[in-house]
Amino acid sequence: METEIVKETLVLPKAMIEVATSAADWLVILPVVLALLASALLLMLRSTTRGQAVFAILVVMAIIVIEVQLLLKILELGPQSMTMGKWLPPFGISFSVDVIGASFALAGAIVTLVVLLYVQADIAKREVKYGFYSLVLLMLAGVSGAFMTGDLFNLYVWFEVMLISSFGLIIMGGRKLQLDGAIKYGFLNFLATSFFLAALGFIYGLMGTLNMADIAIVAADAPAGPLAAIGALLLLAFGMKAAAFPVNAWLPASYHTPHPAVSALFGGLLTKVGVYALLRTLVVLMPSAREFLDPLITILAVATLILAPLGALSQINLRRAIGFFLIGGVGAVLAGLAMPSMRGLAGASIYVFHSMLTIAALYLVAGLIERMSGTDDTRKMGGIYNASSMMSILFLVLIFAIAGLPPFLGFWPKLLLIEAGLGQADSVLVVALVLNSFLTVIAGTRLWSHIFWRNGREGKNSEQLNDRLKPLSKKDKWFGIAPTSILVVLIVWFGLFPNSVIDASRTAAADLLYPERYIQSTGLALDVEEDDLEVSQ
Amino acid sequence: MEFALAALVGLFFATAIYLLLSKAVIRMLLGIAILGNAVNLLIFTAGRLTREIPPIVPQGQKQLIEPFANPLPQALILTAIVIGFALFTFLLVLGYRAYQELDADDTDTMRIAEPENAPRPPLSY
Repeated sequence: METEIVKETLVLPKAMIEVATSAADWLVILPVVLALLASALLLMLRSTTRGQAVFAILVVMAIIVIEVQLLLKILELGPQSMTMGKWLPPFGISFSVDVIGASFALAGAIVTLVVLLYVQADIAKREVKYGFYSLVLLMLAGVSGAFMTGDLFNLYVWFEVMLISSFGLIIMGGRKLQLDGAIKYGFLNFLATSFFLAALGFIYGLMGTLNMADIAIVAADAPAGPLAAIGALLLLAFGMKAAAFPVNAWLPASYHTPHPAVSALFGGLLTKVGVYALLRTLVVLMPSAREFLDPLITILAVATLILAPLGALSQINLRRAIGFFLIGGVGAVLAGLAMPSMRGLAGASIYVFHSMLTIAALYLVAGLIERMSGTDDTRKMGGIYNASSMMSILFLVLIFAIAGLPPFLGFWPKLLLIEAGLGQADSVLVVALVLNSFLTVIAGTRLWSHIFWRNGREGKNSEQLNDRLKPLSKKDKWFGIAPTSILVVLIVWFGLFPNSVIDASRTAAADLLYPERYIQSTGLALDVEEDDLEVSQ
Repeated sequence: MEFALAALVGLFFATAIYLLLSKAVIRMLLGIAILGNAVNLLIFTAGRLTREIPPIVPQGQKQLIEPFANPLPQALILTAIVIGFALFTFLLVLGYRAYQELDADDTDTMRIAEPENAPRPPLSY
């Protein structure tokens, strides 16, 4: 008897998704599934070294095709969502993708493809056996998952997937230098994810939910004090991941230690996930916490913007200098976070997209320079202009792009950010942004003149031709310069024809500022609309 | 009960941070391990404590009958423990390898990646 009564009160469609997701909607999850499956397969077959590269490259190409389709669909129809395991959104784990997530995931996959092509020139069989391709795909899975997930705890899991695969990649080769870098990288990144996990505990305790869309709804009524504390903890955790000042020390200590292709992968993907998580949590989920933290974020942005290029100026190690350029870019995104208007956020999101492509390409060129000169010391390089004028062009274009000079992609986000700052009369940030560009140009062109323009090595022979340069082999040219050029062509192309990027970034910024469409895509908004109406009235 | 656990979490965090501030890698490892436990205990406490009522659907019922212990934090912690354990194991091996290769358990002497008193770039050009 009792069981029948219970049956009547239990309405299954209210608790469960009873209709299977249509195959077309699988687009949302497919990039992650493909990367994970391929990674597992390659791990099992890691003793057969032949064919691994081709397989990995084909998988990443498929992921790129899927992500382009997903991005087009999102631009047309708005954010897309898929909830796993039949449970309705706040309970089941959702994957919710909007423009910002899809475009970053796409940039990440493009960088991964270029890096996979680049390593063909000099990868050792031993490293393939240690699972190089498997780890790269696992990292891509982690990064795509982090950009696409709609659940905070799931985001934590993707962070750890990324972290464990990056641990494997950073020590691959096992040189002393790498062990030293990996210790610093490992401890500080693990610490950052632990802080993130602690913040998750507080969020769950305060709001009783971890679904991002649901948090965006609940946070509107949450008490301001605890919310600000959670915001501060998230700022620390993700700031550490993104290498913002003052918790940036691990990045220049570790990013120059692995293979240049791995540096490029890390520089292009890993810190960007931290930056993305900052935008997602502090703008979409807890706007009130961000308002409280605004003065602090402004100070951090200004400090990061100005100190990073100064750090680059003082380096003799090429890839460490590039690490400082990378940190400067994080400052620009923090500036966008500190003035979250449409323009500011649009600028910040293009900046991340631009920085993924540019920093990765810069590390790849640095790898070629190191291969040619046989050293990582900029004083002993020199004369490369004579040996390879193509490389000197690539390097200079990338330096101008990272500094934000006009014909390149890097110019547009800086322009939008400065416009946003002028619009809000936020003169400190505007000055810092301009100063950052100025200092970056100085640091970058000094590197260029030391490495390329000067005929020889530092010292009294600096005007004689550098006789220690090894010309690039044909293989180096095909797999080194050609893939890097793909990235540079993209940077120039989007710099000359920025309309599509700027339009997409406007949509992205609108979805960040007014997350109604994002919430609606998960199917959560239905019960809430009435509340929203009351509030707006 | 919450108060006691909150105090314990605080104690764990304090110990972990104290150990992490050390120069010795092995102490930092212990600090990381304790920090993981502090965070897990924090999630457990933040999920509210309900004693002695397991979240199991009684026989013949279709739903849980309130009150019951919150099962979600336990699921979260289980995931976090597994992940944390894997990463901790990696760091442990890494620390040991670094001790073998670099002959140092002291982070002050680990300066290969960032040489002390590294020369500045030339002022010419």
